Amino acid sequence: MKDFNWKTFACEMVVYAVLVFTYFWFVLHYFASSLEDMFHHNRKLFAVTSLLLMIGQTVGLEIVSTFLFKLFPWKKK
Amino acid sequence: MYFPISDTTINPIYLIGLGFVIGILGGFFGVGGSFLAGPALFVAGLPMNFAVGTDLLHIVGKSIVAARKHRVMGNIDMKLAFIMVLGTIAGSEAGVQGIEALKKIARVDLVVGSVAIVILTGMSIFVFLESWQALKLKASTKPIAKQTSQEKDRRAFKFMSKWTQSFNLAPNVELEHSGIKSISMWAILLVSFIGGVCSGFLGGGAGYIRMPFMVYLLGIPTHIAIGTDLFEVVVSASYGSFRHAMNGNVDVLIALIMQTGAAVGAQIGAVLTQFFNGPWIRMAFAPLPLIGALMVVYGLLTGHHLK
Repeated sequence: MKDFNWKTFACEMVVYAVLVFTYFWFVLHYFASSLEDMFHHNRKLFAVTSLLLMIGQTVGLEIVSTFLFKLFPWKKK
Repeated sequence: MYFPISDTTINPIYLIGLGFVIGILGGFFGVGGSFLAGPALFVAGLPMNFAVGTDLLHIVGKSIVAARKHRVMGNIDMKLAFIMVLGTIAGSEAGVQGIEALKKIARVDLVVGSVAIVILTGMSIFVFLESWQALKLKASTKPIAKQTSQEKDRRAFKFMSKWTQSFNLAPNVELEHSGIKSISMWAILLVSFIGGVCSGFLGGGAGYIRMPFMVYLLGIPTHIAIGTDLFEVVVSASYGSFRHAMNGNVDVLIALIMQTGAAVGAQIGAVLTQFFNGPWIRMAFAPLPLIGALMVVYGLLTGHHLK
């Protein structure tokens, strides 16, 4: 692909990776004990929350990283 | 690091690295990667029931990332995806029910395992031979920009997809994005149903069966088969992980750590497909069903199921 820009892609990956790690530590710090509690006492809520956390980590963070890239000078063509 | 839900201690770097490798495989081949992630989690010390459920939840996230990337690159045929989802879900349920029914018969593991070994090994050999032949074929002389998706994807043994496309039972649908003018909806449903049955029998998403089915039996170009299969994996893995979470087989914190590596790996894998043509991707794909076959052999010999 002639129009593929590795530099832009690498920058995207770095920003995305930082966001993903931050998201995980946020969840671990604030929700770990709540998730454990849900797991033992309310399985349905645990199942829904687990799926939402996973979808949030993927869809939500991609939207945030795309938004951030619009602000950066090396934004996508 | 201690994970209280599953009562296990696993090094998070191992999980991130594992997620990264599975992510690249998933983005590049359009498979969920359960054939590798499940055993790798089990080896790390996670109980088998948690390994299966946690693996499925992480597959949801990774497949969404890879499917979104493939969608941007125009590799998803949405019409085909929606039709196939119906057949896949019905087939998966039939496969699971079939296994339950066969459990009542003695030595069911040996029978199902032997059939699986033959199918997977046969598929691995077939994909290798076909891609080898396809690489020898002359590429189209037209400029790349003017080539259709079918012309870009050189393929040997085209008679299989031609036969499926000649199966003329209404309603017929046009898959414009895949370059197929007319194909019976029943043919698509049948192929996805068979893929679903294999998934129910063999466990995981069985993307390493569905992706070649789409290429060889339906005639879908390799890149579009990969993207469309990922869309299906999102649906089937979401359903599966929800059921596993309800049964207490998911450690969401482990899945989220794996996803940190997988999210990056899946994007890299999806982008890498742009640099390889269909036959090369299929050639690299050929060993995957063989890995699945080796795992079935291991299960039969030791009594431990790795999926």
